[in-house]
Amino acid sequence: MTSPIAQTTYGPASVWAVIVAVGVCTFGIRLSFIYLFGHVDAVPPRVTQALRYVPAAVLAALVVPAIVSIEPSLGETLTADRFLAGVVAALVAWYTEDVTATILVGLAALWVIRFVVPV
Amino acid sequence: MSRLPPAAREGVRTSLPLVVSIVPFGLVAGVAAVDAGLSPVAALGMSVVVFAGAAQLAVIDLLGRDASLVVAVVTGVVVNLRMMMYSASIAPYFQRYRARWKAFLAFFLTDQAYAVSIARFEARDGEERDASGERGDWFYLGVGASLWVGWVVTTAVGVGLGRGLPDSWGLDFAVPLIFLALLVPRIEDGTTAAAGVVAGLVALFGSGLPYELGLPLAAAVGVGVGLVAEEVRGR
Repeated sequence: MTSPIAQTTYGPASVWAVIVAVGVCTFGIRLSFIYLFGHVDAVPPRVTQALRYVPAAVLAALVVPAIVSIEPSLGETLTADRFLAGVVAALVAWYTEDVTATILVGLAALWVIRFVVPV
Repeated sequence: MSRLPPAAREGVRTSLPLVVSIVPFGLVAGVAAVDAGLSPVAALGMSVVVFAGAAQLAVIDLLGRDASLVVAVVTGVVVNLRMMMYSASIAPYFQRYRARWKAFLAFFLTDQAYAVSIARFEARDGEERDASGERGDWFYLGVGASLWVGWVVTTAVGVGLGRGLPDSWGLDFAVPLIFLALLVPRIEDGTTAAAGVVAGLVALFGSGLPYELGLPLAAAVGVGVGLVAEEVRGR
């Protein structure tokens, strides 16, 4: 039932390259309009429009494969408990919009399903 | 702390509940990074340099799965694109500062620092900056720097806990739970829901693609669907 957590095979140089690249780009994003103000007035409307959908799309793309599986085989049990716990967590997120509550209830649900409910 | 300008002290005070709220997030970032095989120094370095929770977790997740380095970088950057809107929104209030100070301030631009600072700037518009001698940049910096310290410290604690936790507890599950908690409030209407549902499905069916390319593909398709849905509804 315990899945060995996947570990990266990338070496320290690659990992640091990623950290620095993401860090520099993120800083560039943060600085962008603070620096440009006066040269460019505002974010172009088309960009704003597209940016509105970025969080929903990226976050959903990260969440869904982590709690649902399309391969009902060996991983079935694991994905089933993650799916059920994910549903509970989604309800908590919906009602509370609180990250801490979502983590705590989601993990508690996973443990109850894993260790308490007899299968 | 008594030597800080009053506005900075107020910023630090304002940030305290926000710092508390990022504790579990920072712990998970530290634990997840060590679990994914990052060295403790790299795990901490990421929080020091990148200072963006959701993006870091996405990058850690992808590194752990040996995704292509390009996909890992692009995903981390895309998750942070929303900050461009904060940058545009807060820019007028930082306009009069020198370039170097602007750059320093920009480093601390997070969801939380933006939200509480812009609320205060808008409420006091203009008057605060000159009349009372209080400077908005110090308030903002008080909030932003406190969050940065809190983020780095909680990540360090998470790194310390790291491998001491048994796999069967499924603590790696906390990562998708955080994404889920961030996702739900972003589903504001039909079009954002369409973007999320389609992106989720594309990611699910694309999960077998090499280099984790399913993820950027899903994000791009999701954004496209959102835009198309908006266009259709607007007619």
